[in-house]
Amino acid sequence: MSEPVPITINVNGRKRSAMVEARLLLVHFLRESLNLTGTHVGCDTSQCGACTVLLDGRSTKSCTVFAVQADGSEVQTIEGLADGDELHPLQDGFWEEHGLQCGYCTPGMIMSAVNLLEDNPAPSEAEIREGISGNICRCTGYQHIVNAIQHAAERMAQS
Amino acid sequence: MIPTAFEYRRAGSVAEALSLLQEGGPEAKLLAGGHSLIPMMKQRLAEPGLLIDIGGLDELRGIQEDGGEIAIGAAMTHAEIAASDVLRAQAPIVAETAANIGDAQVRNRGTIGGSLAHADPGADLPAVMVALDATIALLGPNGERKVQAEDFFQDILTVDLAEDEIVTGVCFQACRSAAYAKLEQRASKFALVGVAAALSLDGGTCSSARVAVTGASSHAQRLSGVEGALAGASLPGGAADAASGAGDALDFVNEDLHGSEEYRRAMTAVFARRAIEAAAGRS
Ligand SMILES: Cc1cc2nc3c(=O)[nH]c(=O)nc-3n(C[C@H](O)[C@H](O)[C@H](O)COP(=O)(O)OP(=O)(O)OC[C@H]3O[C@@H](n4cnc5c(N)ncnc54)[C@H](O)[C@@H]3O)c2cc1C
Ligand code: FES
Ligand code: FES
Repeated sequence: MSEPVPITINVNGRKRSAMVEARLLLVHFLRESLNLTGTHVGCDTSQCGACTVLLDGRSTKSCTVFAVQADGSEVQTIEGLADGDELHPLQDGFWEEHGLQCGYCTPGMIMSAVNLLEDNPAPSEAEIREGISGNICRCTGYQHIVNAIQHAAERMAQS
Repeated sequence: MIPTAFEYRRAGSVAEALSLLQEGGPEAKLLAGGHSLIPMMKQRLAEPGLLIDIGGLDELRGIQEDGGEIAIGAAMTHAEIAASDVLRAQAPIVAETAANIGDAQVRNRGTIGGSLAHADPGADLPAVMVALDATIALLGPNGERKVQAEDFFQDILTVDLAEDEIVTGVCFQACRSAAYAKLEQRASKFALVGVAAALSLDGGTCSSARVAVTGASSHAQRLSGVEGALAGASLPGGAADAASGAGDALDFVNEDLHGSEEYRRAMTAVFARRAIEAAAGRS
């Protein structure tokens, strides 16, 4: 057995320190050590995107990163997106445009969309579909998700 | 899926990574973006006892152009390569290929050094590096070594890289008239067949060409028959003729649930033609 490793990760603006096994995946650190269960595990094989968080501002599949790799970094999860009671425009967009059914893919979908709108504030429909191609939704057929992201992009452009 | 336990060390410099590699011996593995290695570790297809993290090393970062030669550091991510103004202007094939790897999350983590060292038979960048006649820079205990891309890729997941060496970067001559075309696996975007073509053009006539395929065979390799047929060909009209024998000339062709050998051979010719036409249309 290898020795536990000390890590400190800034999660949603709060420094969180722990001793972890090197093989602990970031998603398990978030869900099991920090109880931030908004980040989901869908496939555990780097394909579905349900585990997407922002790692130093970039969308990342947290089932494909060890927590030790994120030592010293900033992580943002779905729990850190709203400003108090005020929903993030993407959360609002998913609400207004019915961008979810079962909701399992939604946190990862929204975190991917945050990265997409950061890189490209006014994406075309095709660019939105490419931007969320690392996230699989088994329910919606994607159209309402695309609408939700467009809704958010328009709102963010106005403000 | 939980990998076997291992020791984790974050290297503070390339020199430290090299000495950790020596210390760890066959148990040690470098970790860059982790997007090939971690999935393999989760399936226990790889069980390294020591992971040496080189993902954040400044020495392995950067994209520079100097007198027409472009150098990319091994730890540059696919997303950074796709967004590079230097590459978009002077070697658009590289930026475009990186932009079509996997998905946004994969591109945010995966690195060019990891992609070349891992040499997945369906990886995109190896074919592009062979077509551009890139040089791959390696550093080991005995100093630096340079290997041409076409010699680096040797077999499935097998490259000319010793256990104690690190890929530090790649360099190649700027080239606008080059393009990559792939038939992608719809879910992962890995190439079932991908062809990169880099042309020297004199008006509408091709004076010489380098063409390489990935996905179709065990490793990225040149399509020398196509290259020969392109010399003196007028383009884009002559692309289909030059590409027609591309698939049949391959010694070994992969076969799996995504495509039979026959299909991959046929698609090699089709995507060679598309890559040549796109490259010719770009000059
Ligand atoms: C869902 C998914 C889809 C993908 N789709 C595509 C695709 O469409 N096209 C494509 O080309 N790729 C694709 N990939 C692979 C992706 O590009 C990988 O990131 C890349 O192949 C490996 O880079 P890495 O930095 O993640 O390497 P790692 O996983 O960290 O390392 C891979 C191997 O290379 C070694 N290594 C890493 N860096 C160095 C170095 N500097 N020197 C020496 N050895 C080194 C490691 O020891 C390891 O053996 C996909 C991956 C996933 C998970
Ligand atoms: S759980 Fe991470 S990609 Fe599916
Ligand atoms: S809403 Fe059910 S998986 Fe997307």
